[in-house]
Amino acid sequence: MSQDSDVARQYWRKNLKIISLLLTIWAVVSLGFGIALAPWLNQFQLPGTEFPLGFWFAQQGSIFTFVILIFVYAWRMNRLDDEFSAGQDGQ
Amino acid sequence: MMGVTAWTYLLVGASFLLYIVIAIRSRASSTGEFYIAGQHVPPLANGMATAADWMSAASFISMAGIISFSGYDGSVYLMGWTGGYVLLALLLAPYLRKFGKFTVPDFIGERYYSQTARLVAVICAIFVSFTYVAGQMRGVGVVFSRFLEIDVTNGVIIGMAIVFIYAVLGGMKGITYTQVAQYCVLIFAFMVPAIFISLMVAGTAIPQIGFGSIPDGEELSLLARLDGLHEQLGFTKYTLGSGNTINLLAITFALMAGTAGLPHVIIRFYTVPSVRAARQSAGWALLFIAILYTTAPAVAVFARTNLIDTVENKSYSEIPRWFKDWENTDLIAWVDKDGDGRVKYRAGNALDPAKPSFLEDRGASGERLLSNTPTRNANELYVDRDIMVLANPEIAGLPNWVIALVAAGGLAAALSTAAGLLLVVSTSISHDLLRKWLRPDLSDRDELLAARISAGVAVCIAGYLGINPPGFVAEVVAFAFGLAAASFFPAILMGIFIKRMNREGAISGMLVGLIFTASYIIYFRFLHPELDTVENWWWGISPKGIGTVGLCFNFMVAGIVRSFTADPPAEVMKMVEEIRLPEVK
Repeated sequence: MSQDSDVARQYWRKNLKIISLLLTIWAVVSLGFGIALAPWLNQFQLPGTEFPLGFWFAQQGSIFTFVILIFVYAWRMNRLDDEFSAGQDGQ
Repeated sequence: MMGVTAWTYLLVGASFLLYIVIAIRSRASSTGEFYIAGQHVPPLANGMATAADWMSAASFISMAGIISFSGYDGSVYLMGWTGGYVLLALLLAPYLRKFGKFTVPDFIGERYYSQTARLVAVICAIFVSFTYVAGQMRGVGVVFSRFLEIDVTNGVIIGMAIVFIYAVLGGMKGITYTQVAQYCVLIFAFMVPAIFISLMVAGTAIPQIGFGSIPDGEELSLLARLDGLHEQLGFTKYTLGSGNTINLLAITFALMAGTAGLPHVIIRFYTVPSVRAARQSAGWALLFIAILYTTAPAVAVFARTNLIDTVENKSYSEIPRWFKDWENTDLIAWVDKDGDGRVKYRAGNALDPAKPSFLEDRGASGERLLSNTPTRNANELYVDRDIMVLANPEIAGLPNWVIALVAAGGLAAALSTAAGLLLVVSTSISHDLLRKWLRPDLSDRDELLAARISAGVAVCIAGYLGINPPGFVAEVVAFAFGLAAASFFPAILMGIFIKRMNREGAISGMLVGLIFTASYIIYFRFLHPELDTVENWWWGISPKGIGTVGLCFNFMVAGIVRSFTADPPAEVMKMVEEIRLPEVK
C-alpha cells in the first residue's frame, strides 16, 4: 500500500514538472514574445519572410506553439501513464 | 450561370439537410447519451466538434474584421482564444474526464461538498450560456437577411427549428455529429475565399505565408506597404500596437483563462472514452481551431489593403458595385465632407453618433444621405467591421459559389455554437437543478424527458433573445470571459491542484472574483461610460482585462480563508487523489 502511494506521488510530481515546463514555454512565447517583448523583437524579421518578428509571434507563432505544446503533453503523459501502470503491475 | 442567391439557397439547403439526416440517425435514448454522448466519441471527431462548438458566428464573421481594423492590437483575441486551450489541456480537461459525471456544476458541487457551490456554478453557467447564445441566434438572422433576403425574424425562426430538431432529439450525441459536419462546412467556407484572395494578392495558395511576403513585381512587402498606407492616412502603423503593454497582457490572460473556464467547451471533454483520449482530443481541437485562427490575420491584411486601395480618393461614381450594395444594407456609409465627390478614408469616426442612420434621399453623387452629424475630422467613411469577411469575396471579385459558401459557413458556425450552449442550459436545469437538488428520486426516463423539455424551452428563449436582442448583449458576451476567468477557472483549478482547498475558501474566492469583476465592468461600461478611459482604469487595465485581476483576488481570498477553516472531509481528499491518477486499464 505504501509503495503504491509512493508510485502515485512520483507520478504526480513528474506530471507537475512536465506541466510547469510546458506552461513556461506557453507564457514566454505568447505573453513574452507576442506582447511584452514584441516592440523590441519587431526590429528583426522572421528568417525567410517579411514578418516583423514580434508581430509574427503575436498573430502566428504563438498559435503554432500552442498546438505543439498540447500534443507534446498528450504524448509525454500517455507514456507516463504506461510506465505507471507497468510499475503497479510489478508490485 | 447561376446567381448568388440561387447558389446560396442550394448550399445552405444542402447543409441543413445534412444536419437533419445526422440528427435523425443519432437519437439519444438515455441521459448518458443525451448529456455526454455515451462517452463514445473518438478523439479526432471530438476535436472537430469542439472546434465547431468553440468557433462562433463572431469567430467566423467578426474576428478577421476586428483584426483588420485594429492591426496588432487584435492579436489579444488570436492568442487569448487559442492559448486557453493549453490551460484546458494541461490543467483541467484530463482531470475532469477522470472525475466523470456530467456537468461542470457536478464537479464544483461534489468537490466542494456543497449545494451552494453547485448552485452558484449553475447560475453562472446559465447566465454565460444565454448571453452567448443570443449573439449566435442574431448571427443566424443576419446571415439569412444579407444573403437570402429573408427578414431577421424569419431567419432566426428557421435557425431555431433546425437546432430544435437535433438538440432535442439527439442531445449531446446528435449535437456532436452535426458539429463534426458543421466544422467541415465552416472551415471549407472560410478557407476557399482566403486561398483565392491569397493567390490573387500574394501569389501563394497558403495565406499564412502570403501575408508576410513581397508580391511579384512589387518592391515592398504587403505588411510594409500597409504600414505605409496607414501612416499616410493617419492611422497607427498596422504592425505596431497602441503601446499599453499591461492592458494587453491582462486582456490576453483573461481571455485565455476565460476560454478554459467556459462550460460548453469543458463539457465536450466529458464525451470521449478515456483520459488519454481527452488529452489527445484537446490537441486535435486546437489544431482545427488554429487552421482558422492563423488564416484570419492573413485575411485581415488582404482585406484591409484591398479596401484602402479600392475606396481611398476614388470618386463615388467609379467605385465598384459592392460598395453600393453594402451601403444599401447599412454596413457602409459615406458623407462627402469636402464636397469633391471623392471618398476620403482617414483615422477617427466619420459620423456622430458613430453608427449611421440613413435618410430616404440621395446626395449629389448618388450616395445615401444620413441624419448623423459629420464629425470635424477628415474621415468620410463608415465601414462595419463584419464586411471584411462577408464582402471580402465580392471585393476580390470571386465566383458566385464562393460568395454563397460564406453564408453556409457563417450559419454552420452560429448553429454549432448555439447548440453546444443550449445543451449546457438544458443539462444545468434537468441534471443539476432537478435531479441533484429538487427531485433526487427522478427516474432516468423522466430526467431525459426533463432534459428534452428544457432544451426545447431554451431554444425558444434563445430565439426570442435573437429577435429582440437586449442592447447590452455584445458587451456582455465579451465580459463572459472575464467572469469565467474570475470564477470557474480558479475554482476548478484549485479543486484539482490544491488538495486541502475547502468549501469555505472556494466559495468565498468565487464570490470575491465574480463581484469584483462584475462591479468593475458595470461601473465603467454601464454606470459611467464617460469615465471608461485609461486614466481612470485601475493599474491601466480596461474592463476587458479585469478578469485577470479578479482571478488573482479569487486565489488570494481562497488561500487566506482556507488557512483558518477546517480541511475538507477525508473522502473528498481521497477523491482528489483519485482524479490525479491515471486510469487502471
